[in-house]
Amino acid sequence: MSVLSLIIKREFIAKVRNKSFIVMTFLSPLLIVGMSFLIGYLVNMNNAEVKKIAIHDESGIFKKDFKNTEKTVYVDLSAMPLKTAKDTASKNYEGMIYIPKVTDPKELLTKVEYISDDSPSMDFIMSMEEVIDHQLTQNNLKELGFDYDKIEKAKTNANIHLTKFSGEDSIKGLNEIKIVIGSVFGYLIMMFIVIYGNFVMRSVIEEKTNRIIEIIISSVKPFQLMLGKIIGNSLAGLLQFTIWAIVGVTLLIGVASFFGVQTGAQASIDPEMINAAQQQMGGTMQSYIKEILNLPLGTLVCCFIIYFVGGYFLYSSLYAAIGAAVDSETDSQQFLLPIIMPMMLGVYVGFFTVMNDPHGTVATVFSIIPLTSPIVMLMRIPFGVPWWQLVVSIVLLFGTFLLVVWFAAKIYRVGILMYGKKPTWKELYKWLKY
Amino acid sequence: MSSILEVKNVVKQYGDYTALNSVSLKVPKGSIYGLLGPNGAGKTSLIRIINQITMPDSGEVILDGEKLAPYHVQHIGYMPEERGLYKTMKVGEQALYLAQLKGLSKEEAKKQLQYWFEKLEIQGWWNKKIQELSKGMAQKIQFVVTVLHQPKLLIFDEPFSGFDPVNANIIKDEILELKKKGSTIIFSTHRMESVEEMCDDIALIHKSNKLIEGKLIDVKKDHRTNAFEVGILSDNIERLMYELTQQFTLEQTNFKSLNDELKLEVQLGNATPNALLNILTQNGQVTHFVEKIPSVNDIFIQTVSRK
Repeated sequence: MSVLSLIIKREFIAKVRNKSFIVMTFLSPLLIVGMSFLIGYLVNMNNAEVKKIAIHDESGIFKKDFKNTEKTVYVDLSAMPLKTAKDTASKNYEGMIYIPKVTDPKELLTKVEYISDDSPSMDFIMSMEEVIDHQLTQNNLKELGFDYDKIEKAKTNANIHLTKFSGEDSIKGLNEIKIVIGSVFGYLIMMFIVIYGNFVMRSVIEEKTNRIIEIIISSVKPFQLMLGKIIGNSLAGLLQFTIWAIVGVTLLIGVASFFGVQTGAQASIDPEMINAAQQQMGGTMQSYIKEILNLPLGTLVCCFIIYFVGGYFLYSSLYAAIGAAVDSETDSQQFLLPIIMPMMLGVYVGFFTVMNDPHGTVATVFSIIPLTSPIVMLMRIPFGVPWWQLVVSIVLLFGTFLLVVWFAAKIYRVGILMYGKKPTWKELYKWLKY
Repeated sequence: MSSILEVKNVVKQYGDYTALNSVSLKVPKGSIYGLLGPNGAGKTSLIRIINQITMPDSGEVILDGEKLAPYHVQHIGYMPEERGLYKTMKVGEQALYLAQLKGLSKEEAKKQLQYWFEKLEIQGWWNKKIQELSKGMAQKIQFVVTVLHQPKLLIFDEPFSGFDPVNANIIKDEILELKKKGSTIIFSTHRMESVEEMCDDIALIHKSNKLIEGKLIDVKKDHRTNAFEVGILSDNIERLMYELTQQFTLEQTNFKSLNDELKLEVQLGNATPNALLNILTQNGQVTHFVEKIPSVNDIFIQTVSRK
């Protein structure tokens, strides 16, 4: 067996046998699924609480317009004097809508009050305003001699049909789907780099603190050791990701179907309505699926692999160099920041600019710069990227990768034999010339 | 005797600092070679170059007649001063891994390990993790890992640090046995008594330069001062002292003995030992007469402080 594969094997086994690795691998999906259900449950519970709102309507115009919903119940306290109503409301209710007596209903546009110690949600305020607007508009129309019902009937609701020049149907919200798909891939790459880059760094530091490094590099070249480490750790990472994916998806499907059946049984909606809704939904779903299948999926997957490999190797060799330069993980912070920065920049700049305009200058530039391209380019690919940009970006990425590996290997070679001192940036530069 | 290792005019610089200034050495085949020098002299730099951990700026290293090449790592066993093992890895797996890195096949490595584990009576450790072992126990594993691939050339940097006397002795015997089997051993150490005891040849490096090299006995001859330690029981000390001071320079000295005699260190200068002996026998009973041989320690301190 070649030396490199020996090192890869050892790094892989050392990583996989690690207790915290095993725990992380099997616990994380459980935690994530558990958390998402907990959050879902809590949100539901939050909404499930019924708010009781008092109404004190002196004008007598709106009493019946505030209709009870699932979440809000209105109680009419107009019969009480204002003061008593306020007291009662402050003790027993969430808040009170106060509608004063006015000569001209138009004054109510500004005179209605909502009294409450809790600040109401935007949604709730808007729903109240809507009720008032609706009623007052109706009044106005009546005054002007229009038939409200006829006007309502005359209202239209346009729905623009989207097609392409090729004649195919296209659908709304596609951009959102594209950005989500692109972001998921970009984000995955970033997560992988951060997690497993750190593993590489830790493994380098471990060899330094164990003082075994000199024994190893009297048998193999430092570059081989570094490469073996990077590959070994990434294989362990891929295994972990695969397990996460399998366990996570299985759990999600399992739990979701369990809950799905329950809610389905409880709901007592007219089956015909469900059918109709499903048909409509199904129609849209079909076109969504068709659109997703129409995305450059082949390119996306190929590029994901290419950018994944390029980005991971680029960054993890930097992580390895940092591990070699420092004596302990605490010392590494100073050097880690410049690595994390471009990645964060990639994610945020990528997300906002690509969503705004996938072919804008900023998005294009960031998808070509090697340090951000693995993230930003993947976000852009679902929107279709000119071939020349892809080629330039990939060539640049791998060119930089070779340069950085060369540079990292130099620092690594010197750094692993240096003990006891936290190097400065200036010293790192000097090491390059040794 | 032919040399297994030849270092020719090796120069190594780190930035502005010169770690090795055109150093040349010849290590005879089958010898135990002491590489001496104070801290920071350049010993470790030289050893790292021999192990191809770093490359010399100029000069070359010849191993067994061939210019040093990557595959030579198989023929060198190196125990660095800064040494350690993977703490969470099992002893057996770890030793197998390191042996395979040195180019041994798995089967061969297993065979050798079996041999050494039996020899050092540590068979039970195979499945233990290094962190479960004491420091001395880990050092034994470290030694096994160094010699496992039966290298022609063994390099030990401060081999006895961290060993208790019993284990140090075991290791010393193993080293001597390896020498008998034909290996050449380079020692880098500050412990002069082990140099005195074991080394056939020595080299002294100080401030990046080689100052002394040669057979231990020749080096000692070069540094002899023609001084003798004598002990004498005499009735007439005054006359004895008078006669001695006429010819030699004297100094009171001390050494262990069973008698209550006069103890002197006599500097002979150009005279022969017999001249001294004549005066002594005429004036009393000689109980002690030994040439003062410079110890490696003396030579070391003398040379280093002279420069």
